[in-house]
Amino acid sequence: MSTTESPPPPVPADVIKSSGSERPQSARAIVWFRRRAAFGAFCRSYAKHTSGVIGLVVLLAIILATVLAPLYTDRADLNAATAPGGRMESPSGEFWLGTDRTGRPILTMIVWGARVSLQIGLTAAVIAVAFGTVVGMVAAHYGGWLSWLLMRVTDWFIVLPAFILSIALVVALGSASKWVIITAIALNSWATTARLVRAQTLSIEGRPYLERTRALGAGDWHQMTRHVLPNLMPLVLASATLRVSAAILSEASLAFIGLGDPRSFSWGIILARAQAEGAVSYGAWWYVLPPGLAILALVLSFTLIGRTMESVLNPRLRDDR
Amino acid sequence: MADISRTGVAEPSAAPGGTPQSDPAQAAVLRRAYRGEFLRFVAVKFSGALVSLVMVVLTSFFIFRVLAGDPVDAVVGDTPATPEQVAAIRERLGLDEPMGVQFWEYLRSLFTMDWGTSYVSDKKVTTLLWERLPATVLLTATAMILAAAFGTWVGARSGWRRGSTGEKVQVGVSLTLWSTPTFWLGMIAIVAFSVKLGWFPVNGMHSTRGVGDGFWDEFFDVAHHLVLPALTMAAVLYAQYVLIMRTSILEERGNDYLTVARAKGLRDDHVRRLHAVPNALLPTITLAAAEFGTIFNGSVLTETVFSWPGLGLTFYQAIKIPDIPLLQLLFVFFAGTTVLVNFLAEIFYRFLDPRVRRSA
Repeated sequence: MSTTESPPPPVPADVIKSSGSERPQSARAIVWFRRRAAFGAFCRSYAKHTSGVIGLVVLLAIILATVLAPLYTDRADLNAATAPGGRMESPSGEFWLGTDRTGRPILTMIVWGARVSLQIGLTAAVIAVAFGTVVGMVAAHYGGWLSWLLMRVTDWFIVLPAFILSIALVVALGSASKWVIITAIALNSWATTARLVRAQTLSIEGRPYLERTRALGAGDWHQMTRHVLPNLMPLVLASATLRVSAAILSEASLAFIGLGDPRSFSWGIILARAQAEGAVSYGAWWYVLPPGLAILALVLSFTLIGRTMESVLNPRLRDDR
Repeated sequence: MADISRTGVAEPSAAPGGTPQSDPAQAAVLRRAYRGEFLRFVAVKFSGALVSLVMVVLTSFFIFRVLAGDPVDAVVGDTPATPEQVAAIRERLGLDEPMGVQFWEYLRSLFTMDWGTSYVSDKKVTTLLWERLPATVLLTATAMILAAAFGTWVGARSGWRRGSTGEKVQVGVSLTLWSTPTFWLGMIAIVAFSVKLGWFPVNGMHSTRGVGDGFWDEFFDVAHHLVLPALTMAAVLYAQYVLIMRTSILEERGNDYLTVARAKGLRDDHVRRLHAVPNALLPTITLAAAEFGTIFNGSVLTETVFSWPGLGLTFYQAIKIPDIPLLQLLFVFFAGTTVLVNFLAEIFYRFLDPRVRRSA
């Protein structure tokens, strides 16, 4: 970011700290000052993208509605035994989005379903991106046969039909519990991140300040965690945001074809139930439309945020070129 | 298309490389060198694809035989079985053999094309594959052609007019479609157009009542059933083509040869269609091939929603049992086809883009 400044003289950090008068700040304070400045610039640049701001607002609204769910809905309504409504009621003043076959209000289902969808989507994306980042960094840093092997595996995972592989894994592992689904989704989405991170790491490692770090005797671990990773973080975060959208869609699709935790209320499972209970041929649009719109809103907000972050961080995609 | 890209791109990019094209003898030497280069390229890519195929086969064995555990329950179903019956089934399926022997049998079955019998229908799974394949090809090909033709067209136009309202709307529509769950779109389409409006059949590929014996009667019946599933599948694929084509046109837009074309006094529309689009199509082809796997992802969901009797629906039905031999064959088929298509696309791409050939 501040490539025009002259590089600091090659003195150890404690000397910088002690040489009081002309350098009042410690090295760490300078680093954090620069990071804060970069973050501020990022936010200002982000705010110029209307679609990104809309995505962020929608996402925050969904998260707020999910977190506050216990305050304005009753979890007991989702129990088939204590369901308050009648069979497949169409929307009314009492049940804004109607009820399902056992009389459970659809709106309450969707509000509680957001937890499951968000949880699985976020967890799978975080695992996938973390794994992909490690693989990408290792492949770029060590090179040689290790890099060759890791990149072949990565390419292979990119080519494979991800959803088919996820299905096969869930079927083979037998139970469609939350962690099996998270694993199956994560296993199929780390590869794109790995490829991106490898390319970015290679370009960062070519910069002069890393040569300086090496000359000062920094080990692999220090180079990676202190110099490469902070530079990678913005891109990794953008990639992670896009991964979340894909993971939420995968979860919904898996749930729809019957590979979901039947005790939970993810949006995909609500739609699978709607299909199984004949809502489609019954014409019960209130059962089919809202859960899908909820998925659409959540996925779209993550997609918009991710794309905006990418275009802010990647100068090649910027509007002013 | 190859001709257009050659005149449009090859000369300008070859010139800085410093290859004197005027000397015929040297040109012949270069051509021979390219040919050798090309064969080596094919060999490398082919061995890569072969390794991927072997890995597909190994993964299939690993997932369905090692991870999946005992499939006897699936074969027996709900009927109670005596221990003797269970033992007989295990012997018939070869499950009492050690893993190594099972693997050897599995490899042998690959070469003899004997993939075993379905747990449910007592038909050979390969027979099932060939029976169900045409329906999937019909659906996916229709959807793909619709999506690719319409998507690249819209993407090229929106990329050309960056910043216009039309472009913003197109990108918005594409992102929304990309974020839409395929199966939900299908359900909504059925509720709206089949149940409420009654324009299209609810599901399946043929009417259960007879529609007449003639070829055209049947043709129109299938076409009528095809509309909703094909459009649903195309809608989701469409988004990718628009976004890819748009980015690709944006990259192409600043190039000098377009300025030259405009300086010659060609109309803007002409410059876009005949100069920019053919070059911008190149990355689209690579990405389309790379996204080929998503076709099968989409076909599983679309066919399930519309009960379209293709491989996707077969896969879905096999999951429910789970019908291991069938799943195994379909997995190898889906993944193997994707690997092969990617290999062919890489070879094809070299014919289309001379820049790749020369820089290699």
